[in-house]
Amino acid sequence: MSEVSKPRPQYRNLNLFTDVRTYRLPLAALVSILHRLSGFLMFALLPLIIWLFDKSISSEISFGQFSAAFSAGLWIFPAWFVKLVVLALIWSYLHHLFAGVRHLYLDVSHRTTKEFGRQSAAVVLVAAIVLTVILGAKLFGLY
Amino acid sequence: MSATYGYKRTVVGAHYGWRDFLVQRLSAILMAVFTLVVLAQLLFTRGPIGYDLWAGIFAAQWMKALTFAVIVALIWHAWVGMCSIWYDYGKPAGLRLLLQGVTAVWLVACGGWAVQVLWRL
Repeated sequence: MSEVSKPRPQYRNLNLFTDVRTYRLPLAALVSILHRLSGFLMFALLPLIIWLFDKSISSEISFGQFSAAFSAGLWIFPAWFVKLVVLALIWSYLHHLFAGVRHLYLDVSHRTTKEFGRQSAAVVLVAAIVLTVILGAKLFGLY
Repeated sequence: MSATYGYKRTVVGAHYGWRDFLVQRLSAILMAVFTLVVLAQLLFTRGPIGYDLWAGIFAAQWMKALTFAVIVALIWHAWVGMCSIWYDYGKPAGLRLLLQGVTAVWLVACGGWAVQVLWRL
């Protein structure tokens, strides 16, 4: 038993400027922080989501206003910016949904091995990004 | 005096996060099911998706009831999630209290607006 082993580095009180840049984030941790970030984004943009729901559903005239937000812009924002924000919301929703399903699956299955954690995190990340690209291409009129 | 520590600890008062844990998962399941229900009604249709089809989905009374439940679930889910964010980063405690208060007002206001939109359809 070696009493004088090398002292392990301790990461207490992470420093935003020195530690965060060098901190190695495993895929599962990346999914986790993006889960939080995407949730916050949807929380912050809740009025926009309800506005879009309102305009899309209330009447034929308001549906026209809904469509116009994506072709002529909304308030002081040009159409491309509206599309970009909605694309961010689409990714947020997909990532949050997939990460949430992963969470529920881990809750009931207890498959908490390192390998499965990494693989399922990769599936969540890739699936959300691929679907976002496909829907984003439609949103920006590429097909 | 009997022992009140270890597995015999008397648990009273706050539910030590159990309720938040359960609400977060049940509301998540409801919203995921709602997503599938809306998606199914959009996919199993022919022709372009315009106003009539889209508004028609939410005009049915059962869909209104379901959407209402989803709005409540979303607001509650967002409340639990935002609280966990403020617990982590909202320091000092005074700032956290302020942020939580703003969050509560924001969510209740948005929830009311969403219900209003749904119910005048």
